[in-house]
Amino acid sequence: MSFLNDPRWGEALSHLPDYLGNHVRVSLAALALGLIVSLPLAILTRNRPAPRAILLALASIVQTVPGLALLALFYPLLLLAASVTLKWFGVSFSAFGFLPAMLALALYSMLPVLRNGITGLNGIDPALIEAAKGVGMTERQSLVMVELPLALPVMMAGIRTAAVWVIGTATLSTPIGQTSLGNYIFAGLQTQNWVFVLFGCFASALLALAVDQLLGLIESGLRNRSRLRAGLGAIGIAALVAATLVPTMGRSSSGYVVGAKTFAEQYVLSALLRDRLQAAGLSATARSGLGSSVIFEALKAGDIDLYVDYSGTLWANQLHRTDIKPRAELVADLKMALAKDDITLLGELGFENAYALVLPKKRADALGIRTIADLAAHASTMSIAGDYEFFSRPEWAALQKAYGLQFSAQRQMQPDFMYAAVASGEVDVIAGYTSDGLIAKYELVALDDPKQAIPPYDAILLLAPKRTGDERLKAALSPLLGKIDIATMREANLRASGNDANSSPDVVAKWLWGKVGGR
Amino acid sequence: MPSKPAISYRNVTKSFGALRAVDDVSLDIADGEFLAIVGGSGSGKTTLLRVANRLIEADGGTITVEGEDVQNIDPVALRRRIGYVFQSGGLFPHLSVADNIGITPKLLGAPATEIAARVDELIELVQLDRAAHRDRLPEALSGGQRQRVGVARALAAKPRIVLMDEPFGALDPLTRDALGDDYRSLHRRLGLTTVMITHDMTEAILLADRIAVMRGGKLLAQGTPSELSTSSDAYVLELLRTPRRQVERLNALLPQSGAA
Repeated sequence: MSFLNDPRWGEALSHLPDYLGNHVRVSLAALALGLIVSLPLAILTRNRPAPRAILLALASIVQTVPGLALLALFYPLLLLAASVTLKWFGVSFSAFGFLPAMLALALYSMLPVLRNGITGLNGIDPALIEAAKGVGMTERQSLVMVELPLALPVMMAGIRTAAVWVIGTATLSTPIGQTSLGNYIFAGLQTQNWVFVLFGCFASALLALAVDQLLGLIESGLRNRSRLRAGLGAIGIAALVAATLVPTMGRSSSGYVVGAKTFAEQYVLSALLRDRLQAAGLSATARSGLGSSVIFEALKAGDIDLYVDYSGTLWANQLHRTDIKPRAELVADLKMALAKDDITLLGELGFENAYALVLPKKRADALGIRTIADLAAHASTMSIAGDYEFFSRPEWAALQKAYGLQFSAQRQMQPDFMYAAVASGEVDVIAGYTSDGLIAKYELVALDDPKQAIPPYDAILLLAPKRTGDERLKAALSPLLGKIDIATMREANLRASGNDANSSPDVVAKWLWGKVGGR
Repeated sequence: MPSKPAISYRNVTKSFGALRAVDDVSLDIADGEFLAIVGGSGSGKTTLLRVANRLIEADGGTITVEGEDVQNIDPVALRRRIGYVFQSGGLFPHLSVADNIGITPKLLGAPATEIAARVDELIELVQLDRAAHRDRLPEALSGGQRQRVGVARALAAKPRIVLMDEPFGALDPLTRDALGDDYRSLHRRLGLTTVMITHDMTEAILLADRIAVMRGGKLLAQGTPSELSTSSDAYVLELLRTPRRQVERLNALLPQSGAA
């Protein structure tokens, strides 16, 4: 099958109105907010060196914070603000999705607008400002009739830079729940769907280019006093906004929202849950690619209605427990603890997605390693790789303590690349996931944990507080409980990690239902 | 008793930090007079000009314009009623010649058709070509043409007083000569009161009725050229010596024209 005939292009295209529309709305709203704040600041501080220096320094500092971190920071910040307003004024707002994304992006857009605004206004020949005064202009008239028009090219260059930055960075707002063109990129990276990754990159690049050109048209229109050009540019931007508003008019917002974290298994499971709800006649959409710290708070706040998490993760991260209990006991305790927050733990799906130390089967056999205890003797000459959070998680500390593990080097990696890395000998051991299909694909082995240092990670279905009494929802989901065994989930994950048309989460979810639906 | 002066300075002072830019200056400029203020750089001549329309605020003393204390006039309104010609034009580079000329009437709220007619009239008056220059940007003009636009702009709102800040300083000698003569005749025809700053005594003598000499913030002397030549001040005499020497040398070097 040729690359261009790949049906995934069609699938990607079908998401475009939704993703692009959301992307345009959040980017332009952020840019507008950034301009509304920065331009007056640039004007107010143009003759005041001290505040100007402070302002520019602050904007520069914001700029050095990576976009992903800035976006992620706004979520807890707004959660806090929402709880404060709830307490003081009795009103709360959603700290999820649009609002944090827009605020973070607006902040991000401020530096180029401020810097170019101030540079443009300060670059004007003082003799001209004197002349403006001399012919009888008020300060305001001087600003509007002389200073702003003269600073316009430099200011517009800043606005155009900000627009391109914001549109590019908006792809990173997916993990905090704002749908964007980043959904293609995050989903594509996680499920090795390069068609999606490319599509997302091209779409956001084209959008940035288009907005930049439209702003350029407005600028040249203003500069050459051509109403036609300025008008065309403005109409172009307005048309872009209008076009992205249309497709969402018809979409209902009352349906169930199924959350998913940023890895393949989660994409498949959220598609499966969505399909089950739709089969039961409930309207449902999947909100994928949420950060693992964001998703639980989003459920608690009711921004999403349900998702699949793992018992050990909540045990450590939400309950802050370091002791380890048997599977069933841990789930039972967790259920009671979550009930205090009105979160329903509906049940286990049947499989476990635990951390496991993984190495090539051949190597393990050659060295006679079957358990982590066996590995400990060899560890000092071996390197280990884990995902971005593993080495800072309590499990890693527990493992080290229980087995006296001491590796020669440790590296952090994108989870999807770890398996290939250990298979090729790039690293000796990885902290993989027991449900990952790649363990079988690369002929790897997951070592036993005889001392039970790693807590159990049962996949569990969680419902938002507002769905506590929703029997229809529970009935639609109950056929899934306890039905998905580890072998089936591994195969589903392996399918999802392929790079072909059958590897999309939607297709794999249907395959998965075909396997477990009749059980 | 002569009519009241167009501009009157009484014991005017202005300091910038420790520097006394204008130091206790008293000076009257009569209605219809063409006064040149001569002095080197740092003499305070520009400051003296600018306190008249409150581009700079004086620290002490009184300045009256047409009998009114400028402190009692809104500075913006004051500037709109006094024409001001800037050094090397001060034209707004993003506005056409016509828009530059029409700016003060526009600020005063004149209707567009009236402004357009006034602009055409002024383009004629300063001897520019309406077809060739009216809608050009200042960058397309020569230095002399730009300064003509500067003069037209200063005259647009029909002021009775015009302040000029080294208006012809940056021009080549021929252009400068022509422009000076043209302005001088406009001054007479329109019955203006003109105060012009220059560092060039020759220009001052050729154009002005009266000359005021500034040095170190002080007004050293004032009077017609012949009155100044009787001054006892060494600096004033030194200033007058330059044009004299020029004349003598020119007479010696140039053969007498047969036409004279």
